[in-house]
Amino acid sequence: MDPVFLSGQLFTGLSVASLLLLTALGLALSFGLMRVINMAHGEFLMIGGYLTYLAAKMTGPGYLWIAFPLAFLGTALLGALLETLVIRRLYGRPLDTLLATWGISLILQQAARQVFGSTGVPVTAPAWLSGSVTVHGGVLDGLSFPYVRLFVIVLAALVLGVMWWVLTRSRLGMHVRAVNSNREMASALGVNTRRLDLLVFSLGAGIAGVAGVGLALLAPVNPTVGAAYIVNAFLVVVVGGVGSVLGAGVAALLLGFVTALAEGLTSSSLAQAIMLILVVAFLQWKPRGLFPTQSRALEES
Amino acid sequence: MSHSNRRQRHLTLLLALGLTATASAQNTVKVGVLHSLTGTMSISEITVANAAQLAVDEINAKGGVMGKKIEVVKEDGASDWPTFATKAEKLLTQDKVATVFGGWTSASRKAMLPVFEKNKGLLFYPVQFEGNECSPNIIYTGAQPNQQALPALEWALSKGYRNIFLLGSDYVYPRTANLILKKHITAMKATLAGEEYVPLGGTEFSSVINKIKAAKPQIIINTLNGDSNVSFFKQYQAAGYTAASLPVISFSIAEQEAQSIGPALLTGQYATWNYFQSLPNASNKKFVAAYQAKYGKGAAITDPMAHAYMDVYLWKAAVEKARSFDPAAVRKAIVGVSVDSPLGKITVDANGSLTQAVYTGISGAGGQFKVVSQSKGVVAPQPYDALAFPGKTCP
Repeated sequence: MDPVFLSGQLFTGLSVASLLLLTALGLALSFGLMRVINMAHGEFLMIGGYLTYLAAKMTGPGYLWIAFPLAFLGTALLGALLETLVIRRLYGRPLDTLLATWGISLILQQAARQVFGSTGVPVTAPAWLSGSVTVHGGVLDGLSFPYVRLFVIVLAALVLGVMWWVLTRSRLGMHVRAVNSNREMASALGVNTRRLDLLVFSLGAGIAGVAGVGLALLAPVNPTVGAAYIVNAFLVVVVGGVGSVLGAGVAALLLGFVTALAEGLTSSSLAQAIMLILVVAFLQWKPRGLFPTQSRALEES
Repeated sequence: MSHSNRRQRHLTLLLALGLTATASAQNTVKVGVLHSLTGTMSISEITVANAAQLAVDEINAKGGVMGKKIEVVKEDGASDWPTFATKAEKLLTQDKVATVFGGWTSASRKAMLPVFEKNKGLLFYPVQFEGNECSPNIIYTGAQPNQQALPALEWALSKGYRNIFLLGSDYVYPRTANLILKKHITAMKATLAGEEYVPLGGTEFSSVINKIKAAKPQIIINTLNGDSNVSFFKQYQAAGYTAASLPVISFSIAEQEAQSIGPALLTGQYATWNYFQSLPNASNKKFVAAYQAKYGKGAAITDPMAHAYMDVYLWKAAVEKARSFDPAAVRKAIVGVSVDSPLGKITVDANGSLTQAVYTGISGAGGQFKVVSQSKGVVAPQPYDALAFPGKTCP
């Protein structure tokens, strides 16, 4: 294979992985801690995209800096609302939660259709993000890295870094880990698990909103865009090991590179099938994913 | 018989006469409009259903067809192909409609086809498609491949673009259209730089763009469908391409799609259709004004919408020629029928498709297309491409 093409595909793998990771992180959080299979997670992504559109419409070319806090806070607030109104009432009933969140995802999609129309809205990357760095000379002559892609990779790395810090270094993270491994014990030791659930779910929603900003730069913003990403995000969570942030990171990289390699060697539509077959095979070998979390809650469920 | 009794009888008679009179004034003919009003295809199909409704309203305002008002029975195909078949069956057998206007995807058409053949119904299908099909029960008014894909290829070659990359969504229309294009690329001694398909609705194009970079084509012929186009153009621009460095000619991007892609991303790119909103003929100006008055001032008008609008007028003309609403009689009468439409003058060929003009347009900053090239006169439809499907003809 041509070295330029091969390095191009490696870069593609990394950029696919970063988008996957951004979508999957919030899911890994709520799934890991609360066993909530949140089917509406993709719609948080969609709302992040629409908030980016609104930010771009209201402000000028510097809209991205407003879009990030707006998307994060907007989706986090919505997440908090959903947690309080619906999900809180369904803890310990995974099937009901799945159906309820699926219903919520349909409602949110239709709401977006009512507000913004079924045709997607245009979001164009700001001028300073258009264009790319190109390698000149050497064996990699002509290889280029679009700024938008680099931006999304940096964004994913930042979010992963912050999450890792929060989970391993902060007091909040300690509580999260405690609840994750034994909810009753943590509660008995004074952790307010109710409030923690609310916080973690909102945080997960907020991260999806941030992912939506990155997504808006690369993909359409329309009522069904969330649905397009949710399956792959679930794959990342399952392959990584349910609830493991590190696992989600490694799994996203793995899936990104496998997809890019398969797309390079075959075609885009075949690559999708190859990836799914590999995931199924992998789960036969390691049914609990790359980094299984030790959790009493998991044994019970 | 008493006097009062006779008077009562007269009154009853008068009343009955009056009732018959009002009944005949309310005499209507039912037609079906069957499009996806919900689900993923609703983006495209609702506006097409609107355009058909507009034509019905206009015709009714002028007295209807053969003295009868048209009554629309609207059904939702829900972006689900079996649903299209069920609803078509319902329209034909339960509502006993005279004809149906509907369908967008080839999958929905292929699902409805046996229903129309079995019930001897008539379907007006308004969207460009891959050809390779011919049913006496369907009037195919969208472009056949020789009225869109091949003229686009010829235009590209005439501009000196001889190294061509084919990019499409992975389903029947792009696969078949590209099969035909490949035969003609070879026959015209041009080069196929590469061919790529992404899953329907796919949003990740970096691998495809890497392959395009490696293949170094002069032009991309794009048969992507729906929102994949948005992702593609965003990522194409991010990779440093412009309309000047690598032009793209598309068959599924019209004015409405241009709005959601963002006109800025599409400026300078090409599309080939039988209709653009910017066509200057009087009939089109009237259509655009009427549509926007009814459905919103800035509403974009597309080729399938113009076809759907014209289809109703075409059916009316055929009914009046046949002096009957019977689908078989209408189908027979429609051959040779010609109407002056927003698309210009079109005529129905014996194979049930239209003879119509082809335009290539360049996308401007406002999301409208400016015609840069048009066919010499009108082009007769060829449902079966002679190179790709030798020996096959319409019955």
